[in-house]
Amino acid sequence: MRNKAKLAGLAAGISFLALGSAQAVEIEYWQYVFDTRVQAMDQLIEKFEAANPDITVKQVTFPYADYQTRVVAAKVAGQGPDVVQLFYGWLDNFVNGELIQPLDPAVFPAAEIEAEFFPIVSAMKRGDAYYGLPTAVRSLALFYNKALFTEAGLDPANPPQNLADFLAAAEATTKRDGGGNITSAGVTLDMAGQDHHWWREVLIRQNGGVPYDEAGDVAYNDAAGAAALKYYTDLQTASKVGQVGFMDEGQAAFRAGLAAMTIDGTFRLGAFADNPFEWGVTELPADANGLRSNYSSYFANAIGSGAQGEELAASQKFLAYITSPEAMEIWLNVVGELPARRDVALTEANLADPVRAPFLKGLEYAHTTKFYDEAGQRQVAIDMVNRVLLEGQSIEDSLAAAATAEQAIIDAATK
Amino acid sequence: MASDSITGEAASSRLWDRFSIKTKRVIWAWTFLALPILFYAGIRFYPTLQAFWLSLTDWDLLRPANFIGLVNYQKMFADPVFWKVFQNTFLYLLIGTPLSLVLSFVIAFYLDRVRFMHGFIRALYFLPFLTTAAAMGWVWRWFYQPVPIGVINGVLGSLGIEQQPFLRSTVQALPTVLVPAIWAGLGFQIIIFMAGLRAIPSTFYEAARIDGLGEWAILRKITIPLLKPTTVFLVVFSSIGFLRIFDQVYNMTTNDPGGPLNATKPLVLMIYQTAFSSYQMGYAAAQTVVLFSILLAVSLLQLWIMREKK
Repeated sequence: MRNKAKLAGLAAGISFLALGSAQAVEIEYWQYVFDTRVQAMDQLIEKFEAANPDITVKQVTFPYADYQTRVVAAKVAGQGPDVVQLFYGWLDNFVNGELIQPLDPAVFPAAEIEAEFFPIVSAMKRGDAYYGLPTAVRSLALFYNKALFTEAGLDPANPPQNLADFLAAAEATTKRDGGGNITSAGVTLDMAGQDHHWWREVLIRQNGGVPYDEAGDVAYNDAAGAAALKYYTDLQTASKVGQVGFMDEGQAAFRAGLAAMTIDGTFRLGAFADNPFEWGVTELPADANGLRSNYSSYFANAIGSGAQGEELAASQKFLAYITSPEAMEIWLNVVGELPARRDVALTEANLADPVRAPFLKGLEYAHTTKFYDEAGQRQVAIDMVNRVLLEGQSIEDSLAAAATAEQAIIDAATK
Repeated sequence: MASDSITGEAASSRLWDRFSIKTKRVIWAWTFLALPILFYAGIRFYPTLQAFWLSLTDWDLLRPANFIGLVNYQKMFADPVFWKVFQNTFLYLLIGTPLSLVLSFVIAFYLDRVRFMHGFIRALYFLPFLTTAAAMGWVWRWFYQPVPIGVINGVLGSLGIEQQPFLRSTVQALPTVLVPAIWAGLGFQIIIFMAGLRAIPSTFYEAARIDGLGEWAILRKITIPLLKPTTVFLVVFSSIGFLRIFDQVYNMTTNDPGGPLNATKPLVLMIYQTAFSSYQMGYAAAQTVVLFSILLAVSLLQLWIMREKK
């Protein structure tokens, strides 16, 4: 008898719970696995749910390597996310595949977005419609190891500000063994990391060129492109201050304290935080005329094409919240990525912060490459450098081959 | 209701009784076989056929597939990267299979005679086979690094030998990746060879010794011929393994998969990238069909070459 009563109570409880969840809207948020990003999102969801008790947000994560495949596969199965994170360079793929829907201009007015966000957010615009908004943006900077600087007799408070000083610092900090092999690099060379952005958006421009023309076609197959490539490969072949593959990866070499300088992004701040030595950050070196450039990128949040009716309204609320100033503060503190809204990012406190300031300054003159196939275009840059370093191909021939290969990727994506 | 089912049962049992024992056996056999056959048809044969169809389409996961005839194949045969990858795949096969078989035979042959710590030594050889390919790939990747962290280059340096680029060379990279792949498979092949060696009746050896045959003659006239079934199995098995090499290559070159400059890229890695980085499922399916044909042709060829001559 008592058991029956318990069972009835349990049944009633369950049906009550079911009733409760039937009234609330549940939406799914998808992003890739990266510890601090998942933690930050957990905090945002908690705060959002407290303010909107009728909405529950379920965070779903996948390993980065599988992420796009999962999103695509889910769409084919008709079970896509309501709010989804995507790299800005994937936008065309996601729009063409109808994985996401344009943002409703009534909820997210274009004029407001353009006034409040950094201009790089325009990479999420197709025609008149915005397809997503970022919480945070990333830019590049030069990380340097203060201990190695001091050891080499350089002033750790005065990191190099132009390419000539940069090279001099690299030469001063490089250590070699008796056989001439590098045992501690002046600068990391890792085209598979962030160096291809440095070459494409910074070095080419500093040599007077542009990576792509107005139509989005390859425009670097000229003297500027060649000079930029030569500057880069000379770091290994002529001045011998770095070596591709040294310590396997550039960031690993820097972390191990075996590289004095490395170019990397805001997202590396977390990983470098517990480096067992003092390090600093400075803006990417300017050229002889003081011209600076930078590459900025971001993951945006978009609304999945499957979200309709109640779920769409809930998704819009959630998207508005995770791109709000409050969310950006949380993201900055947990993940370390820069706020995508100008007034949240460019505060006095942030501009006085020795680590955040160089990245923020970089944002003001940053360019955002319009990628069609990020992995494929990066591979073209990796191969270009390898042909020069490993096969002894001339700078001009390798550059021309890279331009042809990258243009083929662009053509395949746009036609 | 009740009487209906009884008459039904009676009818069916009468039908069953009419079959001969032989027919009954066949029916039972097929009944038991039906499940695995259905299973294999569903998860193996149907997808295989589907892949043949996909290779004739431009499917990209997102849009419905359109029939485009042999365009994928034309594109593939005109692509220099495909031919490079094709060549790599055969290099893995042509270096990997003979080398691993000779090594494992020699080790098995001598290990078979070792009594001292036999089990322990055998376990040592077998251990790499149990190790995850990914973990192994990464450890070897570090072995191959330049100084200061690369163990191999460190040893070379202390001997006064010039540093080798290993994974950072278009010439050395492929053999460099192949070494751990061979090493990992060795344990399995040794065990199989040793089982084969043990299966040869000792009377043959005794007779040969009484007849005054030398060790070399015994090896050539008795051991190797009688190991033929074992050898055929291992040749086919390891050939398929090397033709499908992926884990070692991918884990040792993740920064630039199959690089540098496609020097280590096998067909399977190219298929993976075409399908899951570029989402060109049709094109990837065409590459898969080529891989399937190679595997089939190589296996049939080997079985034909090594068939019993009657």
